[in-house]
Amino acid sequence: MSSSPVLARQEAEPVVAAVTSEPAAAAPAAPATFGVIAGRWYRLNKDRIRATLIGIVSLAVFLVIWHLLTKYRVVFFVRFTNVPSPLAVYESFTKAIHDPKFLMHIVLSCRRILLGFSLAAIVGVPLGLIMGRFKLVHEIVFPVSEVLRPIPAIAWVPMAIMLWPTNEQSIVFITFLGSFFPILVNTLHGMVLVDPVLVRAARCLGAREASIFREVYFPASLPHIFTGLTIGMGVAWVSLIAAEMISGQYGIGYFTWEAYSLVQYADIALGMIAIGVLGLASSLMIRAVGRLAMPWGRA
Amino acid sequence: MNDGKASKGHIEVKDFALSYETIDGSVAAVTNTDIHVNPGEFVSIVGPSGCGKSTFLNAVAGFLKPTAGAITVDGETVKGPSAERGMVFQQYSLFPWKTVRENVEFGLKMRGMDRSQRERAARTLLGLAGLEAFEKHYPDRLSGGMKQRVGIVRALATGPKVLLLDEPFGALDAQTRVIMQQILTNMWQRLKISVLFVTHDIDEAIFLSDRVYCMTARPGSIKAEIPIPLERPRQQSMMMSSEFLALRRGLMSLIREESLKAMGGEINDLGMQGLNIELHGQSLADVL
Repeated sequence: MSSSPVLARQEAEPVVAAVTSEPAAAAPAAPATFGVIAGRWYRLNKDRIRATLIGIVSLAVFLVIWHLLTKYRVVFFVRFTNVPSPLAVYESFTKAIHDPKFLMHIVLSCRRILLGFSLAAIVGVPLGLIMGRFKLVHEIVFPVSEVLRPIPAIAWVPMAIMLWPTNEQSIVFITFLGSFFPILVNTLHGMVLVDPVLVRAARCLGAREASIFREVYFPASLPHIFTGLTIGMGVAWVSLIAAEMISGQYGIGYFTWEAYSLVQYADIALGMIAIGVLGLASSLMIRAVGRLAMPWGRA
Repeated sequence: MNDGKASKGHIEVKDFALSYETIDGSVAAVTNTDIHVNPGEFVSIVGPSGCGKSTFLNAVAGFLKPTAGAITVDGETVKGPSAERGMVFQQYSLFPWKTVRENVEFGLKMRGMDRSQRERAARTLLGLAGLEAFEKHYPDRLSGGMKQRVGIVRALATGPKVLLLDEPFGALDAQTRVIMQQILTNMWQRLKISVLFVTHDIDEAIFLSDRVYCMTARPGSIKAEIPIPLERPRQQSMMMSSEFLALRRGLMSLIREESLKAMGGEINDLGMQGLNIELHGQSLADVL
């Protein structure tokens, strides 16, 4: 009781420090002219501005070198004789976006990714969580998964064609396989790393098995689950393109391969760039979902 | 001591022993331990590091099964962890994915209390600990002292019969530790709850407790039981009183003997005494 004034005084410091750490910039609200604000914004974002500028310059340099190499048809170990120039690729891009066939290739590839990847996540995440929690399931599943895991998804193509009645199904299956193992392994890894003290803390607050799973194991594993999803998405695209090139009809991988057969060199590069953009967009999407799902993590 | 209103939270440990199974046979961590905590009493266990005092506390919490003997709380044998025995850990152990308020609500949620009710309860408790402004923060953003206040409030939220603390202030700086000791004392007096407190800090044990048990080096057992007759409420200034210092000297020499034993007597007595004087001066300086 009598100690409380002492207490209040001593505590004032950390409390103030913690509060000001956030809106520190807002506190000195002097005459905030546009110039002052712009200056502050610049100082706070200096590193990001710098990185963006350098990034733009480096991309521009890449395009210029590409342009020069193709313009003069350089042959120096590698042959740029038939490589399309950036302008030719841009031209075929402007034609392609008005071509419903090209758009269909893209839509089909995206659909395959969505199906294969979603299935892998729906099976892989729960299986990883259960394997992390129940020793017996781990002991049964782990050896099988360790044997199958090193087999690249592309090596499954002939088998997949035998297994599934339609081409479409076997391509989705290949995509599924590619993303499944990274998702499973990372989820399992997340479960292994859950801090046992947190589990004990939950136990002595009266949590039972199901609650501990939902309130402790799952959220604690989420960062690793999202790592697995990001890697899985990358491998899903790799597997999909390979499968489309080998056994496909339609799809952006097929489009790229077909362009080679039809001597449409500009379309080869267009297909490659489209694959790159789609892959980048899908991993950005996963990162965005991850940030929404884990608001406690510092972005 | 508290006025005898509190009637729950009587811990009784009889003939307790705990050993681990290894390839070379079983290794005793704790042997021969009898302690009790009366309802509403504040009891500490001190001992040299590695003596098994944390192991013992984990057994009282229900995480470890005793190899021999029995632990009862209000006559009921401890069979596993339960919300009746709240626990505070040295590593804070707040759920990083829950806000401060959600952390405090956790035990109530497990009990099935509805959302609005437990929100209100959590706010009240956070207010007592001076944390109401931080209810929406994630633990990540808090200082060590604030985290541990949340840890204590979270353990108390379900209204446990006893509170078990495992070196709760060990990771805090000296000033914060003193403040936390005051906060804990205030809460204990208000809630009239039984406390079993494990620490290696002798000053802390004396300052907080009604009684202190001193443990031997591994395998740990109770070496001495020391009542602390200092009056309450206790002030920081009491730590300089002759009464306090006498208790401190007594406990120090008990612990030193055990620490020496734990170190295997490698260091000769003379050297150890020199070290002791230095230690003495340093912690006195801390107090000042």
